[in-house]
Amino acid sequence: MSESLTFHFDVDGEDFTSAGQASVQVKKNLRRLGIPPEIIRQVSIAMYEGEINMVIHAGGGKADVIVSENKIEIILEDHGPGIPDVELAMQEGYSTAPDSVRSLGFGAGMGLPNMKRYMDEMTIDSVVGKGTTVKMAVYLS
Amino acid sequence: MTVKELSEKCNFKTAAMPDGDREIDGCYIGDLLSWVMGRAEENNVWITIMSNQNIIAVASLADVACIVLSEGVTVEDSILRLAEEKGVNILLSDKRTYETAVAVYETI
Repeated sequence: MSESLTFHFDVDGEDFTSAGQASVQVKKNLRRLGIPPEIIRQVSIAMYEGEINMVIHAGGGKADVIVSENKIEIILEDHGPGIPDVELAMQEGYSTAPDSVRSLGFGAGMGLPNMKRYMDEMTIDSVVGKGTTVKMAVYLS
Repeated sequence: MTVKELSEKCNFKTAAMPDGDREIDGCYIGDLLSWVMGRAEENNVWITIMSNQNIIAVASLADVACIVLSEGVTVEDSILRLAEEKGVNILLSDKRTYETAVAVYETI
């Protein structure tokens, strides 16, 4: 594989219960490409966490997964409220999710930390009132 | 030990078993979904009381062998259909989470 492959998804901000469709699709696509199972697990979980974040906080957004020879990149972009303090948001247990979301088992303040845990690289570019872009990558050695 | 064998030996009820021959390795207990995705390992039995639709995606992405709903928790038919479609095994236990975990521990 010499050229990169991009998978694009629009994440529906209205439908919390079906969130995860993009991640499950990514998992299938990566399996077809013969990516090692542990990498697939890392990428699809990080992607799901990002998808859930966009649904909870930003009314949806878009996701691109770019598979190249030596890495898999995930770019998540939304036009939500932005994150005022990224460092605080990265702390395990810190959450601004509403109670309705917590009762479904989310909002534990583990989403962003999980994304970082499973990815080799992660940057968050957020402007309050404009939106957030999260870029993540995992290396294929 | 397969999911089907575990279900029989522990007297769990089968709610969905599209992949009963799946091998089990270890167990994880948790209701916070991100926590489960961060800590559960591939082929674990996942014991939880969460029964909303999101557990199917979590089980599928975290690659657990099966979900065991403890404490007599039930699950809607629409979610069971989704589980069958996505290849996610769901077992039901009338026992409390602790006793469910003990039964799993003694069996696997």
